[in-house]
Amino acid sequence: MSAQSGDWPDRLFETLKRGGIQQVAYVPDAGHARLIDRCRADDEIRDVALTTEEEGVALAAGAWLGGDRAALLMQSSGVGNCINMLSLARTCRFPLLMLITMRGEWEEFNPWQVPMGSITDPVLKLCEAEIYRANEPNEVAGIAQCAIQHVFGGERIAAVILSQQLIGKKVWTK
Amino acid sequence: MTLERRAAMATLLADRGDDLLLVPGLGSTAWDAAAAGDDDRNFYLWGAMGGAAMIGLGLAMAQPNRRVAVITGDGEMLMGLGSLATIATQSPPNLAIIVFDNGVYGETGMQPSHTQAGVDLIGVAGACGIATRLDVRDDNELADLARRLKNLRGTLFARVQIATDEPPRVLPIRDGIALKERFRAAIGVKS
Repeated sequence: MSAQSGDWPDRLFETLKRGGIQQVAYVPDAGHARLIDRCRADDEIRDVALTTEEEGVALAAGAWLGGDRAALLMQSSGVGNCINMLSLARTCRFPLLMLITMRGEWEEFNPWQVPMGSITDPVLKLCEAEIYRANEPNEVAGIAQCAIQHVFGGERIAAVILSQQLIGKKVWTK
Repeated sequence: MTLERRAAMATLLADRGDDLLLVPGLGSTAWDAAAAGDDDRNFYLWGAMGGAAMIGLGLAMAQPNRRVAVITGDGEMLMGLGSLATIATQSPPNLAIIVFDNGVYGETGMQPSHTQAGVDLIGVAGACGIATRLDVRDDNELADLARRLKNLRGTLFARVQIATDEPPRVLPIRDGIALKERFRAAIGVKS
């Protein structure tokens, strides 16, 4: 890893800012912790903590109705919570940018994370989301930029998948 | 005493003004809004059950100089109870969540909802931290809600107790893309 590679969440944040994202909704996840902190500290971004991820799909639709761009942050387990609400984005062609941290795919200690992690990509594809997967720190910002263009340029759904290898395995003993 | 749903909707939307944006929840409240008179600033839901209030939140935050009303049914609200907690944490001053509560799922055969069993939506909204809450049971209380909606200052939650009648359906357009495009055009939003 290069000396700079650990700052990919900061570069991702800057990419969201350049992309004009004004509302950031999330169910907290350790892999998104730095990005969430940056969003919360930014006066121009409305950060919205959710009780469940599907709330964020509806929020993003409302944001676009009113002219705002939103992003939805979640862990792979949250994808399952969104399935029916994604009908809203599909039926109405609402732009939907999802940033998804993966669990259950690489050195996963918790087997309960595996069932949803193993179907995250195919489920998203069935929901007409374009998948943008980042495995290396240095590719995150560029991939996110591609997803932003896809989502807001054509009113489409995209998922930026932040792999578990990128994020690192969860430390269970401290 | 309970209110007649079509009359209640008409009262709330009378002289609505250019700055009122409406999100009617799926089912009967969408038909009620259509019956009150179609408007480009209505984003009728034909699905997304449980999402009406959150659509309202995203819209209210994006359009702070306009008023946003979500008018939905008790069944739709029950599916998204967590959104009341989320809305309370944001407290946009220009958002009203209004629930037409008849205690039944009207679209599916009048099966009882949790509110009929005693679940108190006003209590839930209060426990979440929404300060302004109205229980609307008669014409005077409905008139008060309509006045507050016209002069919205602070997140508002209201339950309107309506009768379980089923007036004839008045169906709005159901092309989601068309609904979205005309809504955005009506308020002058560009991509």
